[in-house]
Amino acid sequence: MAKPLAQEFFKGLWDEVPPFRLVLGLCPVLAVTKSVENGIGMGVATTFVLVCSNILVSLLRKAIPSKVRIACFIVIIATFVTVVELVMQAFAYPLFLKLGIFIPLIVVNCIVLGRSEAFASKNGVFRSFLDGLGIGIGFTLSLTVLAAVRELFGTGALTFWEKPIPIFGPSYQPFSFMIEAPGAFVCLGLLLCIMNMIGKK
Amino acid sequence: MGDFFVLAISCILINNILLAQYLGNCPFLGTSKKMETAVGMAMAVVFVLVMAGVITWIVNTFFLKMLDLEFLRTVAFILVIASLVQFVEMFLKKSIPALYAGLGIFLPLITTNCAVMGVCLINVNEEYNFLQALVASFSYAVGFGLALILFAGVRERILLARVPRPLEDTSIALVTAGILSLTFFAFKGMV
Repeated sequence: MAKPLAQEFFKGLWDEVPPFRLVLGLCPVLAVTKSVENGIGMGVATTFVLVCSNILVSLLRKAIPSKVRIACFIVIIATFVTVVELVMQAFAYPLFLKLGIFIPLIVVNCIVLGRSEAFASKNGVFRSFLDGLGIGIGFTLSLTVLAAVRELFGTGALTFWEKPIPIFGPSYQPFSFMIEAPGAFVCLGLLLCIMNMIGKK
Repeated sequence: MGDFFVLAISCILINNILLAQYLGNCPFLGTSKKMETAVGMAMAVVFVLVMAGVITWIVNTFFLKMLDLEFLRTVAFILVIASLVQFVEMFLKKSIPALYAGLGIFLPLITTNCAVMGVCLINVNEEYNFLQALVASFSYAVGFGLALILFAGVRERILLARVPRPLEDTSIALVTAGILSLTFFAFKGMV
């Protein structure tokens, strides 16, 4: 039952969009969504790791013995995470400082390992590539949406390229609950509730 | 001695690993539906986190720093944690079967628990010495257990309540976690 290729890609955008539908990889979702910029940065880094590790796992799926597969996947993922870490240190140092330990923690992001285990180890290279890309983009979009909501209400402005653009005008009292830890949980919970309302037939 | 006490309190309450640092949230939501699983997970985390914290500290100080291989930290740490978990599992199975039966299914899950990896990285980033790293790892783990068990207690009650349809399950759990996190937030001014 081979699904059409397009479906492998688009399922990541709505049907299986990571932090909402598959409740996986919540830690970076909650932690880095204080501003839109951080959210997008984290999303892109995760997408890169997801796509690369999916491709490599899929290429090696016949060579990896199934008993030690998890360890092999983790080493593959950790390698790409190190690549991202070094590239970010070189070209996007301010962002690297802001994301802090959450860049190395992509290794233990369950989404990445989950896709390797559930998809890439069973499917061909091109399909795995599409799957990784779709899930990655879905993840980035959800991070962006969550970050936008939190930043907008938390500070009254949206930051792009380190320049805050005020949306609500100077008289707005920032609702700082939103950019602190409790706001992250509540906000994600309410967004999930909205998605359920739209999604349930 | 006083310093260690302050460190311990700040790791357990103020910088609670789950509710203030946002680490280890997948098992937080995944294993908190029942008190039994929550207690199992909390114990397993305390057990592994202390060992992982100490061993990664040693690896970092005596191997990576001395050989100038710090860029390999991510790979080295995850390998240490993964093999440690495997080793602990085998050891418990052989010598303490009762504990193994209790922790059994939670042990493999710990490899991808970002709280473990996170604490190891925090220890290194904050440049703790050996004793501080030991105390911090233990306190973070206790904080994890505390938050998880509290949350499981609340969630067992929610099961009995009538929740609006779209909010069911994960959604209401997240909102509850937010409120719990708010209570921990109140400790912020303490130290």
